[in-house]
Amino acid sequence: MSGAATAGSSVKERAKLALNDEFLRKAVKFTTERLRNGKKAASEQHGHWDEWRERGRQIRLHTIAHLDYYLNLFADNARKNGVHIHFADTGAEAVKIALEIARRVQAKTVVKSKSMVTEELHLNHALDSIGVEAIETDLGEYIIQLAGEMPSHIVIPAIHKNRYQIAELLSADAGETLSPDTTVLAGYVRKKLREKFLEADIGMTGCNFAIAETGSMVLFENEGNARMVSTLPKTQITLMGMERIVPSWADLEVMATLLPRSATGQKLTVYLSGITGPRRETDADGPEEMHIIIVDNGRSLQLGDPEFQELLNCIRCGACLNACPVYRHIGGHAYGGTYSGPIGAVLTPALKKNVAEWDDIANASSLCGACYEACPVKIPLHEMLIYLRRRKVEAGRGNALESAGMKGFAAVMGNAKRYKAALKLGRIGQKLVVRDGGIRAKLGPLKGWNTYRVAPSLAKETFRERWDTLEQEIRAGLREMDPDMKERMERLARERAEGKGGHGHG
Amino acid sequence: MKVSMMITCLSDALYPRVGEAMVRLLARYGVRLAFPQTQTCCGQPAFNSGYWEEARTSAKTILEAFEDSDFVISPSGSCTGMIHHYPKLFENDPVWLPKAQALQRKSYEFTQFLVQVLGVKDVGAVFPHKVTYHPSCHGSRLLGVKDEPMELMRHIKGLEFVPLPFAEDCCGFGGTFAVKMPDISGAMVTEKGDHVVETEAEVLVGLDMACLMNIAGNLRYRGEKVRVMHLAELLEEGVKGA
Repeated sequence: MSGAATAGSSVKERAKLALNDEFLRKAVKFTTERLRNGKKAASEQHGHWDEWRERGRQIRLHTIAHLDYYLNLFADNARKNGVHIHFADTGAEAVKIALEIARRVQAKTVVKSKSMVTEELHLNHALDSIGVEAIETDLGEYIIQLAGEMPSHIVIPAIHKNRYQIAELLSADAGETLSPDTTVLAGYVRKKLREKFLEADIGMTGCNFAIAETGSMVLFENEGNARMVSTLPKTQITLMGMERIVPSWADLEVMATLLPRSATGQKLTVYLSGITGPRRETDADGPEEMHIIIVDNGRSLQLGDPEFQELLNCIRCGACLNACPVYRHIGGHAYGGTYSGPIGAVLTPALKKNVAEWDDIANASSLCGACYEACPVKIPLHEMLIYLRRRKVEAGRGNALESAGMKGFAAVMGNAKRYKAALKLGRIGQKLVVRDGGIRAKLGPLKGWNTYRVAPSLAKETFRERWDTLEQEIRAGLREMDPDMKERMERLARERAEGKGGHGHG
Repeated sequence: MKVSMMITCLSDALYPRVGEAMVRLLARYGVRLAFPQTQTCCGQPAFNSGYWEEARTSAKTILEAFEDSDFVISPSGSCTGMIHHYPKLFENDPVWLPKAQALQRKSYEFTQFLVQVLGVKDVGAVFPHKVTYHPSCHGSRLLGVKDEPMELMRHIKGLEFVPLPFAEDCCGFGGTFAVKMPDISGAMVTEKGDHVVETEAEVLVGLDMACLMNIAGNLRYRGEKVRVMHLAELLEEGVKGA
């Protein structure tokens, strides 16, 4: 929870810290570029990307619309496989269940594979509070844990650090100087973790997808650590958000096509594990006891909310972060929550159902839509950001100055005469500050703008003031329209009138 | 057939030359644009900030102004994109919702109209300069206007096209975003400016004056001499010079 980049009370202040951190900006740019180029290449190579995005979206829409049914089906089947299923309404409840299991099996250490839900629950701190050591075994998570920070990316937790910073952290951990060579650094962590895997009492995992028809859980990973976590310790605890369900293995095929390509540009991750219950007699390895804790923690608040239900379709690939031009400059910690980037900017307030407290995150977007374009299940995040802003205003929690400004906007823009009068006033007013056709003075609302730009001045004559002259000129020289064009325009207008033509949202 | 110009408040007040270029260019094809004087702003600044009541007040001037038009054309993909949000904005209003839906169906961004409706790909322009292009987010992503400007530019004689690195990245304008988050917006426009300079283009062209105002402001701030134009201006200048 600490670390310089998480300080500051507003997204604006936190972003400023990040913007002044050249290391962070370089590291984030470097890796997000690599990931988004990888995704672009993989989706082009796939050949039918948009059709598969739509398939993925339909599967997610269907599952979430019938979530109660599929959750029950999953729980029933998992229980038949010998899994202990727990439902947790709140984060606190989920933590309590996990701690009870840890106490009962008298655990001293827990090895963990990467899990955003456990980050959301701050489970490591909770385990620490009862004297259980939690060890992150994903390389990025291990680095973040050493630094005492939170992940700054859903898929690449240490994206904001370069290899020199990582070498420093790992050298301190090793008690010797390690060279900033990625093979050396990964080699050190691998060796160190090997012992931890062997001595751990509990293996804790997240869950990419849960398959309702067989009660199985599925993990996508590249380092093999999740496989170690789920086979070596005697007890396995899996934490999953309640929306991680897909109905069948056939549906997983679509998700397995979308997730790795969107996340890293891989056709498939190096490891893909499907786990159906604890170790059976014929199995060579696996846990003797297996628990799955299904976490709500604000998720069900989105069910039945037409503007936000699609949030539950998210498959946590991180593509929206990699595509986001804001994330590119400020990294993940500036968002101030467990989840960062465009998905975090919407998910954090939605899960908390507290628009007032989290509003400034929704403002940290230019609404460019790159997130929506990148999303493998087409979640309209750019629209949800606007809905969040609107809900805040509707709740009477808008910024007072902005509210007054918007009332003024409506008064001026609600009537063309007032609009024209306002422009005239503006033209008189700007005489004080315009030099050479531009405004450079850093005053009032122009301060931020003019720190990076020169503001334009109002034209001497508006378009509407020039219209009469322009129209006379045009009328004098107007040409005859090509009959084909005329025909096409008439046809379009006709089709529209018949309810056929026109064009919808792109 | 009534074809009307939705000038957008920004081009009306700051860049009337863009509207003029559009009017002149379309007149060459026999399109006589009408300009309903009661239009003001599409309401996007209020809509995007969450002030939908205020947005509706402004949007109604647009809905009324263009009610009797058959085609509505605008020099901005973003403001045309806002028209596409009208059905959502008026979803609970039985009187205004049908008007909103009707306007959405007949609204076009300038190059969309030129290429898709009129079927024009070659305006016969000559423009012997090195040009780069910034595809604005709302036009390209929300309206899907991607090929039209490229098609038009491909046919301009003498034009040397240089691709803009990271072209599809937002310039950082985002309306009130630039005011509320000035440092993030500033970092974004500075990077966009860097990329424009990198191309060594003489001209930066685009389809949205809000984004171009942002980028031009940054280029001017750093003393760069790149000329910034709307594609309508470039086409009209190129036709005149042909």
